[in-house]
Amino acid sequence: MRQVVVVPTGTANTASVIAAFRRLDVEPVLAANPKEVEGADRVVLPGVGAFAPAMNRIDQLEMRGALTTRIEEDRPTLAICLGMQLLFAASEESPDTAGLGIVPETVTRFSSDLRVPQLGWNMVEPDESTSLEPGWAYFANSYKVPRLPESWSGATTDYGGNFVSAMERGAVLACQFHPELSGAWGSNLLRRWLWKVA
Amino acid sequence: MLAARVIPCLDIKDGRVVKGVRFQELRDAGDPVENAAAYEEQGADEIILLDVSATPEDRGNAVETVRAVRSVLSIPLTVGGGVRRESDAGRLLDAGADKVGVNTAAVSRPDLVAEIASRFGSQCTVLAVDAAFRATPPVIGTYRGHIRTPVSQLRGGWEVVVQSGANRTGLDVVEWCRKATALGAGEILLTSWDRDGTRDGYDVDLIAAVSGAVTVPVIASGGAARPEHLIAALRAGASAALVASILHDGDTTVADLKLALSRAGITVRR
Repeated sequence: MRQVVVVPTGTANTASVIAAFRRLDVEPVLAANPKEVEGADRVVLPGVGAFAPAMNRIDQLEMRGALTTRIEEDRPTLAICLGMQLLFAASEESPDTAGLGIVPETVTRFSSDLRVPQLGWNMVEPDESTSLEPGWAYFANSYKVPRLPESWSGATTDYGGNFVSAMERGAVLACQFHPELSGAWGSNLLRRWLWKVA
Repeated sequence: MLAARVIPCLDIKDGRVVKGVRFQELRDAGDPVENAAAYEEQGADEIILLDVSATPEDRGNAVETVRAVRSVLSIPLTVGGGVRRESDAGRLLDAGADKVGVNTAAVSRPDLVAEIASRFGSQCTVLAVDAAFRATPPVIGTYRGHIRTPVSQLRGGWEVVVQSGANRTGLDVVEWCRKATALGAGEILLTSWDRDGTRDGYDVDLIAAVSGAVTVPVIASGGAARPEHLIAALRAGASAALVASILHDGDTTVADLKLALSRAGITVRR
């Protein structure tokens, strides 16, 4: 049985993330303290909502250091949607809020020519060097990572031009889409992440 | 490229799926968990649950329905009906909803849209609008603080109806959608009250008017019977098409509808 600890970012759809892992016979727990985040076998950083409230919540819980430490030490971590954006230094969504800063770049808003938020299913096209498979994934985002950061491999998706739909470095996987809402393809992704040898 | 979505909608009352015509004459249409799972299996892109309970006691049961549906569903779940305050939205999200729809209470108090959007995000905040074609000009005046549309701007158009169609507000649908998206609504579930349950096809003019006026995605709802209806709605500007009666009655499947969309050159997830 894998131990999965979910960071309580105080945002919306934690229940869907937990339900998705339960369907894989894993019972995730919400992290009660920073030590659990730093020490857990596997950590999920979910996120729905806005950049600043989520970072403020992480700071209130004093989990910023624990998250950056485990990611820098390459321990199995899955960041979902806003969770992926939190890995960055900043976001146009909340210009005064510092992200986790693991990637020293800024998350940007989709062009105003598009229907925003991007809501729905779009095609994920991974690089060969990732553990990801191509497929349809469910997105719900207004902000995006415009280009793949140095030393990460990843996947792109086209919404008014390509953006980074997933990025992977060692044991850390970040998805702009919601694997927990992406049907069988998403379940398979979660299953592979759970059982990947760290 | 973002795919067009086909979204089955389950109206829930007393723990059962129901369906009527213009929100009346509700008939039983099965178990919500079984229906939701079957539609996901057929290729549904999302599920919408609308709680049409009459009483607050029943709303508690609807939360249990959300929890039960969530446990089997691995696609997005939107829940609406009876959301009056931010805490109602929180309760539905905690039970496993991914998006929350607001309707009547937001018309009475538009700040509800802003409260839910700022707490949970625009991508989580769906404005559900029931739109009735306006045959006669409304009385000029105000409805609970909204300015009604002057007669000079009317020329047909649609007005917002609330309380399951029982109350015509005189509010212009397009203006209300503009206002609600400015307040933070990230998606519009646009139901033609005139077409609901009738199988006469979506109100394509309504869809074109609203999707042309806002920059968020619009879900077309009310009147779907045949694939051509979905194709017309998506071409008119809708990002998604809601279907209910024809699926519940077993006249077609999501898979067949998506096959027809795909053959018409519309990108769908298959």
